[in-house]
Amino acid sequence: MDTSINAYNIHYKILNEKIKILIREGYEEITVQGVCGQRYIGGGLQSKKVKIILYGVPGNDLAVFMDGPEIVVMGNAQDGVGNTMNSGRIVIHGNAGDIVGHSMRGGEIFVKGDVGYRVGIHMKEYRDMYPVMVIGGSARNFLGEYMAGGMIILLGMTERKYVGNYIGTGMHGGVIYIRESLLRSASLGKEVNIFMADTSDMDKIRPYLRRFASYYGFTENKVLKGQFYKIIPITSRPYGKIYTY
Amino acid sequence: MEYQQLKFFEKNNRIPGGCGVAGIVNVKGNLFSGENIITSICTMNERGNGLGAGYAGYGIYPEFKDNWCFHIMYDDIRAKEIVEDFLEDGFDIVNEEPIPVHRVKTLQYIPLLYRYFIDIKRDKNSQELYDQQEYILSTIMKINKNFDGAYVFSSGKNMGIFKGVGEPEEIGDFYRISDYKGYIWTAHNRFPTNTVGWWGGAHPFGILDWSVVHNGEISSYGINRRYLENAGYYCTLFTDTEVITYLFDLLYRRHQLDFNIIGNILSSPFWEMIDREEKEKMEFLKALRIIYAPALLNGPFAIIVANSDTVIGLNDRIKLRPLVSAERGDFVYLASEESAIRCVCKLPENVWMPEAGEPVVVQIKRV
Repeated sequence: MDTSINAYNIHYKILNEKIKILIREGYEEITVQGVCGQRYIGGGLQSKKVKIILYGVPGNDLAVFMDGPEIVVMGNAQDGVGNTMNSGRIVIHGNAGDIVGHSMRGGEIFVKGDVGYRVGIHMKEYRDMYPVMVIGGSARNFLGEYMAGGMIILLGMTERKYVGNYIGTGMHGGVIYIRESLLRSASLGKEVNIFMADTSDMDKIRPYLRRFASYYGFTENKVLKGQFYKIIPITSRPYGKIYTY
Repeated sequence: MEYQQLKFFEKNNRIPGGCGVAGIVNVKGNLFSGENIITSICTMNERGNGLGAGYAGYGIYPEFKDNWCFHIMYDDIRAKEIVEDFLEDGFDIVNEEPIPVHRVKTLQYIPLLYRYFIDIKRDKNSQELYDQQEYILSTIMKINKNFDGAYVFSSGKNMGIFKGVGEPEEIGDFYRISDYKGYIWTAHNRFPTNTVGWWGGAHPFGILDWSVVHNGEISSYGINRRYLENAGYYCTLFTDTEVITYLFDLLYRRHQLDFNIIGNILSSPFWEMIDREEKEKMEFLKALRIIYAPALLNGPFAIIVANSDTVIGLNDRIKLRPLVSAERGDFVYLASEESAIRCVCKLPENVWMPEAGEPVVVQIKRV
């Protein structure tokens, strides 16, 4: 069952309550028109079958604590997308703001365009929980700051030429893949090392890139071409010496 | 007035929150109603907690455009009498009236709010414009510092700041912001974290025709404040944002630096980044950091600063607070969140996040 509601001039509490009621009533695809800044959409939702399609600009902390649903944003998103998200998928047909995937624990985030500062901060993995973020454009400074697990892929397919500085500052787990064209010598943080991606790396990221291509209508060739680099932490305890007592 | 004595002291428990800022500019200098800025800032209600909101409008007093306009808040009628006596000594008061307001029942405490359109008295008027501005500046410093219970919160020409303790909607309604027409509007939604929520501490802050709205906190407040005192600026309003206002006046009007250099001073690049620059630029940036070390703003901030000709958006150097800008036709928009722009401009031609530490400078080009 699918349905459509309008969020124009509705406070986030009411909107989110409405969405919950519709899910409880058995709707599996909910389209929300006229979204403008409402926070926490999809927050804490636990159904695996639900798909929410948003038109407009959803507010901060989209899909916070979300566990299962798929959210599609037909526009830009603001800060804190997928904050502490557990599972599910977010597909953004535009740009996203700062701290995308903040403390993300599982699930997938796809962004067609660029993202802001500190994206993937505190992302983590545990056993079969493995968060993945694919960004079509570039990212600003502090990508993967304090990252502890999961995977971020940066494709550099927008006008933004370079990735920001201090990539992986404080990073101690997980992996970041970046297309060669985005990198500059000054880009890396102190706690990471960079390697050329090999065949096994490409095998790992290929399925995600194929899906990325299909969501946004790119050819697979465009998404997969060129050399990728892999950024991983030098040590799993970068600040071990600082915090000993 | 002492900090402890503030009547409307809000027992603050340091909830980490984020203020909201918004600005709308017509770059050709055409006037438009304040209605849109209210809509814009109210989209971000979650960023404030009802302990402060305010608006600044430019071009709103065309009938008195050549007079200095003081907005003054008084705790009581006694303070008003003392300040008015003082003003009459140095100024011809062209017009004096209570600031027109709507009754808003939900506002709890309201000080006496008056505005004065004034001219500097003739014998002092022979001085240059530069001195006029200095004269106005010292007058405001005198009132704010020496007269208990009186605060000048707006002091430019053909512009005005309106602020108080309340939600942006209440304060906008109270001051009848939609009745004014301006070519620049900025607004603020406050969530006080480290300092008290009182009428004088709401944003925007202003001196001469400057206005500043700020989201964040200035950890270097103490250093900045001492530096400014040497230059004759006294901080009397118990809020860190005050130093930003005076720094802009000092660096732009007195030191005549351009806004990109001011950006390099307030939000200077890290030493590590300076070392990577080419020699000439490296030495220039080094010199700025050394000469203007006490003017560096430390801590997270996103600010929108305006004067009669310019609007500037600026972030701290590592982008710890959000700021988004957009353009459509003759309009430029700035806000903490994209939604605050989209609600008044559905299809901007261009939406972008300014780089950390690099000012967005919007010049008014009157036709």
